[in-house]
Amino acid sequence: MAMQFSEWEGFRAGDWQEEINVRDFIQKNYTVYEGDAAFLAGPTERTSKLMEKLNHLFQVERDLGGVFSVDTEHVASLTHYKPGYLDKENELIVGLQTSRPLERGINPFGGMRMAKQACEEYGYEMSERILKEFTYRTTHNEGVFRVYTDEMLAARKIGILTGLPDAYGRGRIIGDYRRVALYGVDKLIEEKKKDKAEKGKNWMGQDNIRLLEELYQQITFLGRLKEMAAMYGYDVGRPAKDAREAIQWVYFAYLAAIKEQNGAAMSLGRVSTFLDIYIQRDLVRGVLTEGAAQELMDDMVMKLRMARHLRTPEYNELFGGDPMWITESIGGIGENGVPLVTKNSYRVLNTLYNLGSAPEPNLTVLWSEQLPENFKRFCAKVSIDTDAIQYESDDLMRPVYGDDYAIACCVSAMKVGKQMQFFGARCNLPKLLLLSMNGGHDQNTGGEVGPKMEPLQGDVLNYDEVMERFSFYREWLCNLYVNTMNVIHYMHDKYAYEKIQMALHDTDVERLMAFGVAGLSVIADSLSAIKYAKVKVIRDEQGYIRDFEVEGDFPKFGNDDDRVDLIAKEMLHNVSADLKKTPAYRNAKHTLSALTITSNVMYGRKTGATPDGRKKGEPYAPGANPMHNREKNGALASLNSVAKLSYEDCRDGISNTFSITPDTLGKTAEERVENLMQILGGYFKNGAHHINVNVLNRQTLIDAFEHPEQYPNLTIRVSGYAVHFCKLSREHQKEVIMRTFHERM
Amino acid sequence: MKGRVHSIQTLGTLDGPGVRFVVFLQGCRLRCGYCHNPDTWDLEGGEEREAEELFSTVLRYRNYFGNEGGVTVSGGEALLQPEFVAEFFALCRENGIHTALDTSGSRLDKAVDRLLGVTDLCLLDIKMTTDGEYRDYVGCGLDGPLGFLKRLDERGIDAWIRQVIVEGLNDTAENIGRLNSLIAPYRCVKKVELLPFRKLCSEKYDELGIKFRFGGYPETAEATVERLGKLVRLPGCGESGAGNR
Repeated sequence: MAMQFSEWEGFRAGDWQEEINVRDFIQKNYTVYEGDAAFLAGPTERTSKLMEKLNHLFQVERDLGGVFSVDTEHVASLTHYKPGYLDKENELIVGLQTSRPLERGINPFGGMRMAKQACEEYGYEMSERILKEFTYRTTHNEGVFRVYTDEMLAARKIGILTGLPDAYGRGRIIGDYRRVALYGVDKLIEEKKKDKAEKGKNWMGQDNIRLLEELYQQITFLGRLKEMAAMYGYDVGRPAKDAREAIQWVYFAYLAAIKEQNGAAMSLGRVSTFLDIYIQRDLVRGVLTEGAAQELMDDMVMKLRMARHLRTPEYNELFGGDPMWITESIGGIGENGVPLVTKNSYRVLNTLYNLGSAPEPNLTVLWSEQLPENFKRFCAKVSIDTDAIQYESDDLMRPVYGDDYAIACCVSAMKVGKQMQFFGARCNLPKLLLLSMNGGHDQNTGGEVGPKMEPLQGDVLNYDEVMERFSFYREWLCNLYVNTMNVIHYMHDKYAYEKIQMALHDTDVERLMAFGVAGLSVIADSLSAIKYAKVKVIRDEQGYIRDFEVEGDFPKFGNDDDRVDLIAKEMLHNVSADLKKTPAYRNAKHTLSALTITSNVMYGRKTGATPDGRKKGEPYAPGANPMHNREKNGALASLNSVAKLSYEDCRDGISNTFSITPDTLGKTAEERVENLMQILGGYFKNGAHHINVNVLNRQTLIDAFEHPEQYPNLTIRVSGYAVHFCKLSREHQKEVIMRTFHERM
Repeated sequence: MKGRVHSIQTLGTLDGPGVRFVVFLQGCRLRCGYCHNPDTWDLEGGEEREAEELFSTVLRYRNYFGNEGGVTVSGGEALLQPEFVAEFFALCRENGIHTALDTSGSRLDKAVDRLLGVTDLCLLDIKMTTDGEYRDYVGCGLDGPLGFLKRLDERGIDAWIRQVIVEGLNDTAENIGRLNSLIAPYRCVKKVELLPFRKLCSEKYDELGIKFRFGGYPETAEATVERLGKLVRLPGCGESGAGNR
């Protein structure tokens, strides 16, 4: 049944013509590039003018308190808005989420309360029409709360399970947007129809019936994607015929996803090298120049930087800085050992120079020892110049996910179009430690959750006693956590299913359920203090432990000291093992991350004093980072501690945010680039998974804190993503300033 | 054998080429006016560590070194513990790790000579360019470091010469001219690094209750160092090969 389209002329044949198989198309057709960055083109006059206009809109948005405007009349959808433009005559790639640039749509499918609250927060009122419509509809949020048990509610309220996606879109799903460009929507519909017919032959049990209804919805939404593109004057029913169309088709598919869903992280996937094939073909045909190719990429990235969702303040507390996580995975190595680096891997990074540094798209380099030296060098330079990119170990992920995976959000790997994830926020480990010591009593709120016991007795904490108690509560929490997630994702599938994104997946998709931990370094240091120093307890009148006094020193995470580093490692191993004891919804595979986004501030605020000497309410370190300023042996010792955490236990990623001053990195610009390359290489060789790199001085942040108007575009990596520093809350800004900056004394 | 170690900096990029594991040893007899590590002076302080154990720590960082990097032993004054450093460097050498010695060059005897046998690069301070200044501001004569440099040259060990520039003291073209003359005979000199005087260490002095002798001097502007850097002449490079290579 080999497919044949005139749009494919010039491509090398392969399995990709027999079946939907983008990976095979890439492998058969891409041109690896091992040269340096000298070929790159700067911005065209058109690009600069358009970007100037966009920068002005961004400024107005900031002046308006963060939201440009809200369309309160329509419910977000693929076809509910008139076509919108930034500058119709001059745009190369078109399509906006709503009918005006930066205008945010209303998406109540995840939860009405949050959508309503978000409108009100920014001075808007949801139209009667939408309110009325949704009185006859069940949202995901309503569904979840119909089923939540008292224990789930208590765990949520006390803040031991937090940030759960039970009131908004879960996100973390990456549609294979490339399929639209390669095959055209008509073909995709045809294939889905075939699948539906095939599945219809199975026994009609609950799972099969659900799948058939989902396929129906997928097919419907593929149709809407065509309609949406037609409103802009394009026929995406057929495959893309050139580079410009390929970029446009991919972008339309992504646009459809963010029109339909307001998931926390709506990632792009791994499109650069795919698109390079089209660009390369046009370059060879002589119908495109390097300047024009860069211009297309610049235009696409400009569009991505305009993506917005309407959020509430409580959401912003978890995920500061209005992020979208339009994560694009760049580079990596093929299973045959050949780098997947193309000229377009450079071009997409070059947008940071042509358009200026910015957090979106979330550019993520899949690092391998085998990447071309030139590419490593360019990445290091981009890091130093922009603080906008992150790195993840392709050498760790490739054996698990193959060579066509992408990162969703910050650190979550999945095979594009073949795997999806049920996002599960995180549990608060230090709080669990305190809760276990107090036998199910939460000092911070006075609430109770979990098995009831007497508080630990005695004046000085005993490591074995504490561990025994903690292990018991850990097992309890892990069971509750899985069950809570099962409820959430059942309801999300039922009431807010991702129709267009799942239409761009295989019908038989593999599911991952991603759990998370917060406060890893705090709990590791706390247990280390109990084990290696003397920790006395201070009790309140009722006998509950409310504070600690530490006598003597103890090893602290971040100093390459196995005594404590292995406590952290074992913690992840045990949490992971306990989670797996409870089956996950739809046979999902349990995964775990050490990633907090910016919620480390909120988690800290909700947690009492801990045995490591951290005061009540103080922020945690983000992700898997060592606690601020406890690293005494320099930057590499800190990196080595994090590198010890096992990806085996933490398949959803181990996030580390690293800040270093330019002077510490080396004397000259060239030395800094070479040294950063070496640092990255060594870190990943030591088995690490992820790193955010910031090269800047603390003083710059303090200046930006005091004079935000002078630093509108100051971009920094925080925890798996980048933000405009000035868009963070004051509290988040302070926390970022407090973090360790590796500097030479 | 054991040595007195003040501290470890796992990421050093300023003391030798590439990414370096820097060991700061405890103990120094000199009293340079601008010293930024007065906490390393005490000969009895620090932590005693076995050379072998210290080397096993280095191995944890090997993956970061690449082709350029390695270990640097600094101080304090490394030459006060030559046997210890020699044992440590020998272990590094055996394992293909580049060794750099950061020193004032104020001692030269058999033990030091043995240490030079396992040293790949020497970061040698020529702190001042006249004997008088040396005696006033450092606490020894100029002949020490010059003799040391001569020995490096004889043994064919690469040297990077370093001097801290203090405005109002040695920020002159004459000073750089003298420096050029002092190093001119020695082809082992591969680089001259002029470092700006910094006062980040003031707090350390306060904590230790020691007077910061150069506390009254201003911090040196980068531009000054850059200007003077252009006057540096590496041995054997003539006019066209000015500066560093």
